[in-house]
Amino acid sequence: MTAPASVSVPWVDARSDAPRAGAALAALHAEWTKLRTLPGTWWLLVAVVALTAAVGVGADTAAACPAAGCGQDPAKFALSGVDLSQAVVAILAVLAISGEYSTGMIRTTLTATPRRLLVLGAKAAVVAGLTLAAGAGGVLAAMLAGRLILPGRGFTAAHGYPPLSLADGPDLRAAVGSVLYLALIALLALGVATAVRDSAVSIGLALALVYLFPVIASALSPSWSRHLQQIGPMSAGLLIQATGGLRGLPLAPWQGLGVLALWAAGALIIGGLALRLRDA
Amino acid sequence: MTDTRYHSQIEAGHDSFGQTLRAEWVKFRTVRGWVIGLVVAALAILALGLGPSAQGSCGTNGPASDCIQPLGPGGEEVADSFYFAHQPLDGNGTITVRVTSLTGQIPDFSGGGGGSSGPQTRSGLVPWAKAGIIIKASTAQGSAYAAMMVTGAHGVQMQYDYTGDAPGLAGAVSAASPRWLRLTRSGDTFTGYDSADGAHWTKVGAATLTGLPPTVLGGLFATSPPYWQATGAGTSVTGGDSEATGAFDHVSLVGGWPNAAWAGTAIGDAGGPAAGSPGGFQEDAGRFTVSGVGDIAPSVAGAAGLGVTIAQTLIGVFAGLIAVAVVGAMFMTAEYRRGLIRVTLAATPGRGRVLAAKAVVIAAVTFAVGLVSSAIVVTVGQRILRSHGVYVWPVTVLTEARVIIGTAAVLAVAAVIALAIGTILRRSAGAVAAVIVVIVLPYLLTVTTPLLPVGPTEWLARVTPAAAFAVQQTLIAYPQVSNLYTPSAGYYPLAPWAGFAVLCAWAAVALALAAYLLRRRDA
Repeated sequence: MTAPASVSVPWVDARSDAPRAGAALAALHAEWTKLRTLPGTWWLLVAVVALTAAVGVGADTAAACPAAGCGQDPAKFALSGVDLSQAVVAILAVLAISGEYSTGMIRTTLTATPRRLLVLGAKAAVVAGLTLAAGAGGVLAAMLAGRLILPGRGFTAAHGYPPLSLADGPDLRAAVGSVLYLALIALLALGVATAVRDSAVSIGLALALVYLFPVIASALSPSWSRHLQQIGPMSAGLLIQATGGLRGLPLAPWQGLGVLALWAAGALIIGGLALRLRDA
Repeated sequence: MTDTRYHSQIEAGHDSFGQTLRAEWVKFRTVRGWVIGLVVAALAILALGLGPSAQGSCGTNGPASDCIQPLGPGGEEVADSFYFAHQPLDGNGTITVRVTSLTGQIPDFSGGGGGSSGPQTRSGLVPWAKAGIIIKASTAQGSAYAAMMVTGAHGVQMQYDYTGDAPGLAGAVSAASPRWLRLTRSGDTFTGYDSADGAHWTKVGAATLTGLPPTVLGGLFATSPPYWQATGAGTSVTGGDSEATGAFDHVSLVGGWPNAAWAGTAIGDAGGPAAGSPGGFQEDAGRFTVSGVGDIAPSVAGAAGLGVTIAQTLIGVFAGLIAVAVVGAMFMTAEYRRGLIRVTLAATPGRGRVLAAKAVVIAAVTFAVGLVSSAIVVTVGQRILRSHGVYVWPVTVLTEARVIIGTAAVLAVAAVIALAIGTILRRSAGAVAAVIVVIVLPYLLTVTTPLLPVGPTEWLARVTPAAAFAVQQTLIAYPQVSNLYTPSAGYYPLAPWAGFAVLCAWAAVALALAAYLLRRRDA
């Protein structure tokens, strides 16, 4: 085998006329390598799966539907672990960028890939991809646990609750939507951390954004509370888990997830602008 | 083995802890971000507590015009609604009856309940449905009383002055196993006896009631507190009014009874029961049936009660905690990030002293900020809530001071935990995340938005640092009132300072580990 005289690596010089796809792939690969080799990443992903499943099992076991029409949403019980695992997802996303700022790695990263939005895009893709994978694992386990446990807690067909099933439209929406929800929370946290840079402040801010709205809403009169639930990233986004009583919800399930998507997009845009305009 | 570690040869200054303290204070106040962080904490506590608040239904005729609860002899809020078949009693006397049955009606949710046809009812009893004999100062709500009763699920009980409770014979009453009850007045002393056969009597309890007029009312009563069942994860309830009916015979009056006719009074306006009647009594050849709705018991908040506590105004403490955690962790991690820690430790080689000085500074500053903001938010916030028609449970000045000082102390100790975890982990991201996981999340899950079932929630409120929020407890959980006693309703499983001690234990362990690691590790 003869080595070529000169090795052409199109993405080393980003100002070359290399195809954009190559640069994007290279950036993706770089972000993947960085995140993959951080020791914390895998623990956090395991925690996402474990929390989603374990809290779901706990809520299922404690749920009760003593009579027909108990007005409860079984999918919500099964998927209640998402309420907690989103905190871990937010930490993972924040660390993906603020870790680089605390060590100065960001300067190396931006030297290697001068197109800053490409860096952010690649980070977003990798973080979202990992979250989607871990979230899917946790949500599947939680749905399975709900399918096995909830009928024993009174959520039977006789009471109007067939077992949870991914073949059922609303249940599938709740499951898929919960996975997407986690990914959007990750993007929201990534956007916040890109704008804020400091890891401690970013984590505090991201978790405050997520949990603040339901807390305030719980203290307000119903009409105010409904408006807050419509605009809060967590309260609106988790409407995707509703499988019944959709008319009484502040927003339709996909609209709710859309609100969260707007939050995530807004955070990424602000983060992207800050990344582009500021010195690293 | 020789110690090869480097020891500084520089003599420590004679007042070096004061100097260290001063150095740490200067560091704290000159970092703009940390000061801003604490200002954010204070603003969050204030804005969330004083901002747009809840609306209640107690203000239809002006602020706090409705939902006025009668006060018992001890000054506590009480429920006092029942049906009373009574005669006057002059001076001392004894009333003896045989209870042959206790039956009732409770709401039925099995038919897809809550439909437009209104709740259906079915036969059944709530655990604290009551029927028996009572001697009471007057028909006024909240007046002193002593009573012997059979209950739905707690056997025979002697209760007096709303909070007093002594158990008698266990087991349910029926025609096959009737219960004989006797209540004796001798001056201000009331003694209750029970018997299964009317021949062998057992003393259940004795009570001394004060301020009774010479002539009191005595007779038969029945009442039944609202029915509720836990739904969902066990933190929400559905329910409705219930009614209890007691059947009595062998009524015997001995002593100062002037042998007047029986009169019936519905004490309190308990509204229509499930059956649609306000209760009543019938007499037929010495056999009495009395039906009633309501309860004679201390009032409670939460699922089976009404209103909120002053802790409701402290809802912003959640956001304040996050800000305090960030500042507390960064007070140490920022030194590692900038390398300042090496200068700090060169200037003050006593590493434990550096940690102690930092802990004192962050605790004092956080306590001051927390004290001012919670004092404002509690005193002003409860007025706002009341003006919005929300029933806020009144508290004594001492209790209010305990809630305010306790909340500030919780914030201060939480900041110390954040500092310690920051020292242990040396990375702000991990430290803030850890603090949020051990303090803020349990607080959220137990107090503000309970999404876990009751069992795990109580467990969290006992062992996690969030146990400290018991300092905000102003209510008493009564075993003789059936209720969902959860932290979110203001009932904590631990006593206020016991809960705070749990947080302090966490802080002590974290500080000890931090001090150990700070001494052992290279900076």
